[in-house]
Amino acid sequence: MNALPTPTPARQGAALRFSRVTKLFDTREGDEVCALDDFDLTIQPGEFVAVVGPSGCGKSTLLSMAAGLDTPTAGHVSIDGKVLTAPHPESATVFQADQLLPWRTVLDNILLPLGLRGKLTREHHEQAEAWLRRVGLAGFGNKYPHELSGGMRQRVSLCRALIQHPRLLLMDEPFGALDALTREQMIADLQSLWTSLGNSVLFITHGIDEAVFLADRVIVMSPRPGRIALELAVPLPRPRRWKDALQDPTFHSLMATVRETFQAQGVLQV
Amino acid sequence: MMSTSAIPRDPSTPSAPATTRGGASLQPENGRSALAQGAPANPYRTDAEREALRLQRRRRQRLYKLAAPTLVALLILAWQLGAAIAGLSEFILPTPFATLQRIGADAPMFLRHAWITGLEVVLGFAMAVVLGMATALLIFYSRLFEHAVYPILAGLQTVPKVALAPLLVLYLGYGWGPKLFLAGFLAFFPIVVSTVLGLKSVDPGLVNAVRSMGATPRQIFFRVRLPAALPNIFGGFKVGMSLAVIGAVIGEYVAAEKGLGYLQLQANASFDTTLNLASVFIIAIMGSLLYCLLAVIESKFVFSRSTSR
Repeated sequence: MNALPTPTPARQGAALRFSRVTKLFDTREGDEVCALDDFDLTIQPGEFVAVVGPSGCGKSTLLSMAAGLDTPTAGHVSIDGKVLTAPHPESATVFQADQLLPWRTVLDNILLPLGLRGKLTREHHEQAEAWLRRVGLAGFGNKYPHELSGGMRQRVSLCRALIQHPRLLLMDEPFGALDALTREQMIADLQSLWTSLGNSVLFITHGIDEAVFLADRVIVMSPRPGRIALELAVPLPRPRRWKDALQDPTFHSLMATVRETFQAQGVLQV
Repeated sequence: MMSTSAIPRDPSTPSAPATTRGGASLQPENGRSALAQGAPANPYRTDAEREALRLQRRRRQRLYKLAAPTLVALLILAWQLGAAIAGLSEFILPTPFATLQRIGADAPMFLRHAWITGLEVVLGFAMAVVLGMATALLIFYSRLFEHAVYPILAGLQTVPKVALAPLLVLYLGYGWGPKLFLAGFLAFFPIVVSTVLGLKSVDPGLVNAVRSMGATPRQIFFRVRLPAALPNIFGGFKVGMSLAVIGAVIGEYVAAEKGLGYLQLQANASFDTTLNLASVFIIAIMGSLLYCLLAVIESKFVFSRSTSR
């Protein structure tokens, strides 16, 4: 059905595991602040897990530990059973800000992670072009990031992650900085893209709707120190579409459950 | 009732479109509808008007571009005529024309001295770049070094370093030493400060993103930190270059046997004001050329939004 070349066949997703992870941060006064407390979570191979929580609940800390950018104070984070001490070569991260290098063209930005690992080939260029086509940005390869809209830049950022063929995709509020309409489109596109890829995803967000719409499982976090307040399986069939979801009572009741949990936690007071 | 509007409309404008192109008022005035007063004036420009506007804007741009060169030409002309009218002697203020004539007449001699001064400036500047950037890297990567050295460097910024010149003759002799040292020493500070500033201003999110791709510290430096810092670094280079010219010339004032500064001292001794002024001209031109050279290199290697396609 899809006439565009698929860059590479899907691979088995990776298993990500947080085992009794505690993360303390030192403050300027010499005190410690607990961002995560005895946190346990396992993401199965190929599973899409969304973590929703109020700001400051440690969800971004969770992601930066999974990305190998930060280490737990106690406990450990592992990918496929191997304890993480540095960024894992088979994981890729998309951040809230697109984090594209402004002095590189779109194409060179996408090729950056491959260029860090070895010499770039013509094949790599073709892959980058293919990914650009895949996210609807064919012909934008020679543009600079500042010439693109926020949504387009975030698509490029997604290409830069996906060209690494990650078995684990980490996303830190990737649509948090986008306007409502662009965000909705990006969520839908990510959903259909992911169904064809089959990698595992840890998706950090504060958007209840996008968490429920995208994920197989939604983890609701408590305010600091972050603990799991609720774990919620999302039984909605895939592929999912907004127009179906918005009419689906299951979708609404799941969103209500998440909301009620926030209310019980005192995060939402309405 | 096929097309009932949700907004109640004035009955006097039954068929008026909700809006019109120009945004003419639909509010009835004195009981008469806007449409009843005739079609609103067309607010869009005609093609001829648009063309005229474009031409006018282009003319403005040309005027702005010519403003500075014209002013310079006028000032030189005023100097040329003013000196003649006031009857100033060549000993007090030579005219620009006479100065240029002198440069032309003694071109090989000027070139010889300019070459020496230029070499002092460039070598001193190169030393400042190497030492300045190395110092900046140490400051950036070592907290202890930063705390030990940076306050001292910042403090020294305010000290008039040219005051060292006579001492330098004592320590480094009459040759290249004092000139290179002074040129390099003056250029060193802005280069260190701007490089540190540039490296520090790199978005940590960008560094983290590249680190998450498994980049080594070396890759992070060359692919993220350095390119991001280059605009700042070049700012420091430009300031440093103009200071290096000052340093070299002051070094020559104190003790020298060649160079444009030396030429000025010779001119003073023999009351040759034209020679003196000609040297100033050449120093100024040399400084500008070196500055432009840096600007050209910058435009080739440093990303800026206006030069990107």
